[in-house]
Amino acid sequence: MAIQRNMDPKKCPMPVQDPQVRRNNFNEVALGYTYEMAVNEAKRCLNCKNKPCTTACPVSIDIPAFIERVANEDMEGAYEIISRSSSLPAVCGRVCPQENQCEGKCVRGIKGESVGIGRLERFVADYHREHCTEKPEMPVQNGHKVAIIGAGPSGLTAAGDLAKLGYKVTVYEALHLAGGVLVYGIPEFRLPKIIVQKEIDNLKAIGVDIETNMVIGKVLTVDELFEMGNEAVYIGSGAGLPRFMNIPGESLKGVYSANEYLTRINLMKAYKEGSKTPIKHSKKVAVVGGGNVAMDAARSAKRMGAEEVYIVYRRGMEELPARKEEVEHAEEEGIIFKTLTNPVEVLGNEAGEVCGMKCVEMELGEPDASGRRRPIVKEGSEFVLEVDTMIMSIGTSPNPLIRSTTPGLETNKHGCIVTDGDNGLTSREGVYAGGDAVTGAATVILAMGAGKAAAKAIDEYISGKEK
Amino acid sequence: MYKIVRKKSLNPTVALMEIEAPLIAKKAEPGQFIIFRAKEDSERVPLTIADFDREKGTVTIIYQIVGGSTMELDTLNEGDSLQDFVGPLGQPSETEGLKKVAVVGGGVGCAIAYPIAKKLSSLGCEVHSVVGFRNKDLVILEDEFKAVSSELRMMTDDGSYGNKGLVTNALEELIKEGNQYDEVIAIGPLIMMKFVCQLTKKYDIKTVVSMNPIMIDGTGMCGGCRLTVGGETKFACVDGPDFDGHLVDFDEAMHRGTMYRDFETHAREASCNLLKQEG
Repeated sequence: MAIQRNMDPKKCPMPVQDPQVRRNNFNEVALGYTYEMAVNEAKRCLNCKNKPCTTACPVSIDIPAFIERVANEDMEGAYEIISRSSSLPAVCGRVCPQENQCEGKCVRGIKGESVGIGRLERFVADYHREHCTEKPEMPVQNGHKVAIIGAGPSGLTAAGDLAKLGYKVTVYEALHLAGGVLVYGIPEFRLPKIIVQKEIDNLKAIGVDIETNMVIGKVLTVDELFEMGNEAVYIGSGAGLPRFMNIPGESLKGVYSANEYLTRINLMKAYKEGSKTPIKHSKKVAVVGGGNVAMDAARSAKRMGAEEVYIVYRRGMEELPARKEEVEHAEEEGIIFKTLTNPVEVLGNEAGEVCGMKCVEMELGEPDASGRRRPIVKEGSEFVLEVDTMIMSIGTSPNPLIRSTTPGLETNKHGCIVTDGDNGLTSREGVYAGGDAVTGAATVILAMGAGKAAAKAIDEYISGKEK
Repeated sequence: MYKIVRKKSLNPTVALMEIEAPLIAKKAEPGQFIIFRAKEDSERVPLTIADFDREKGTVTIIYQIVGGSTMELDTLNEGDSLQDFVGPLGQPSETEGLKKVAVVGGGVGCAIAYPIAKKLSSLGCEVHSVVGFRNKDLVILEDEFKAVSSELRMMTDDGSYGNKGLVTNALEELIKEGNQYDEVIAIGPLIMMKFVCQLTKKYDIKTVVSMNPIMIDGTGMCGGCRLTVGGETKFACVDGPDFDGHLVDFDEAMHRGTMYRDFETHAREASCNLLKQEG
C-alpha cells in the first residue's frame, strides 16, 4: 500500500503530564502517542534505502521496516520486527538517547526534526503489551547451558537472545529483584516498573531462569558456574562503587551517592506513602553531576518534596551529558541549573548534618582528551550554596567482587574487565562480558548492544566446539 | 524463600535463628555477613553471620530487636521463611598466623565475636575472651565463649554478673598481667570499639574491629556504608566489614549511624502499635 507521506517538518509532540502537576507525583511523565499520532508520525519516515538510523542503533533494529508497518497500521508486524533485534523495546523506547543515535542520523532531521523513532518504538511495545494475549513461544532446547551474571539490561538482553536460540539460560542477580539499573536506578516517572516486570516475565516465558539473591564472586564463583555444566558465562554485573570527589565533608549526614538515593526511592520504594525505607526529607538539594543519573536524582528529590533542587555541574549547559529530553523535563519541573560550578567543600552543622556547599565558579578552557573543553577555576569566585542534602552523581568505578575471585580475568587500570573487540570475549575462554562492567558507567542501550553481541559470540563459540 | 529451622530467645531482646541456606553455608566464613528481608516490602538489613553448618546447610544469625525491621523479623517463627537472605558478603576475618588473641565482645556484638573466637581456637590459637553486657539478664553465649577460650572475663555495667566495669578495664588488666597478644579483635557498639582502640593504641597492639554501618545492597553499589579509614573512603560491604581499628574514624561513623534515628524511632513505635493490634 502506498503511504501518503506526512511532510510536517516537526515531530508530533509527545503528550506529557503538566510540569506543575508531575513535579509532585511519580507517575510517568511522558504519556505516549495515541494510535492516530503514531500512524501519523510513522508517515513522516521516508523509508530511506541506506537506513542511516539503523546503522546508528546499538542493537541494529530495522527501523524503517518497523515504522512502515506502523504507517500501515500493522502494529504486531512492527513489534515482530523490533523484537528480532531488541529484547526490551518498551524500555529502549523510553530511555535511549535517541538524539545521539537513530534520530541523530535521520534524514528528516536535516531540514526539520527527525522522525520520532523512540516514541514510535515505545508506542509499538506498549500497544503489543496492552493488546497481545498470546504467550511467547518456548523455543526448542539445544541442550547447552549458559550462565549470566546480572539481570540488568545487558544480562537480560544476552539471556533473551540465547534463550531464543535454544540455550538453557540462568541469570544470577545479586539483588532481590531482577532488572538492575532499570529497577534500582531509573525512576518510576521515567520507566514504570510494571513495564520492566512485563519484559522480564516474557523472558521467563521463553525459559530463562532468574535466580535472585545470588552474588556471584561470593556465593558462587565463575569457575563454579562452569563446574555446574555451563559452557559459557556472560558477565553483565554493571557499574559498581559510586565515586566521590574526595573533598572535605563528604561523610556528613545528608551526603548521598545517587545510587543510594535512587535505590532507596526506586528499589526500596521510599516514594510510596507508608514505605518502611528511611530517606531524608530534604528542603534544598544539590545534585553534583550532569548525566542522566543526576537528572533522575534531581527530579526524584523534587517529587520527594524538596523546595529547591540544583544541578551543580562543572561545565556548561551545552556539555551536559544527559539526554536532551531529561534536561528539558528537569528545567520544566523547576530544577535550577548551576552550571560552570564545582563544589570544593561540604559544610556541616554541629549535628554533623549538611548545611551548605562551598563552590567555585568555572570557565571553559582548551579541549581536553575527551574533546570537551576543560573547566578551569575562576579565581576568587568562591561562594556558598545553602543546601541540606548533597547527592553525588559523578560516576562509578567497577565492582571488585568478580574480578577478585576469577583467576585469569584481565582488567584494566580502572578495574574494568578487558574484552577483545566487539564480541565481549574476556581473557578467559568461554567468559564474555559487557555493559558497564566493561565500559564503566554508560547507557542502557550500549549495555544491551554488548549483551546482544556477546550472545551471538557465545552461540558461535559453543556451536563451534561441537564441530 | 529461606526457612527458619530453629529459633531461640537468648535474652529478652536478643534471639537466634538458624536459616536454611545451603549455598551460603557452604561458603560462609567468620566475619562475613548476610542481608535479609523478613517480608516482601521489608527493608534490607545486614547482619553478621553468627554461625554456620556446612553439612546441614544452615546459617545462624543472632539479632537484637532494635527497630521496625528486627521486630518484623522476630514475628517469624520456626517453619516460617524469610523473604530474602543473601550472602556471604564482605571479607572473612583474617585468622592466619595468629598465636594469641584477645577477643572483645560487647552486647549483641558477642554474636559476631564468637565465631571468630571459635575459628581461632580451632586453628590452635590461644584465645582470651572479654565479654561485656549491661546486666545479667542480657548475657548471651557464655558457655560458647567458655568452650573456645582459655581465659574468659565477664563484665557487666552494673556488676549484676561477673565483674562490674567495662570491657576495657578487663582488657587492660589482661595486658598488665603480662599477656602479649598478636592482635585484639573488638566487636560491639561503636563507642566500645573506639575505647578499646584507644587502649590498645597505648599498648601498641594491632586491633581489628568489625563495622556495621547502614547499607542497602551490600555488594558495592550504593555507597551508603562508606567509612573513613586512614584518611581514605572505604566501603564496609566490599572492603570490610573488618578494619584496622587504629585507622577508623569512629566519631564520623557514629554520626553517620544516627542518620535515620528519627525514622527508626517512628518505625519502632509504628511496628509496636501494629503488633499490639495483631496480638
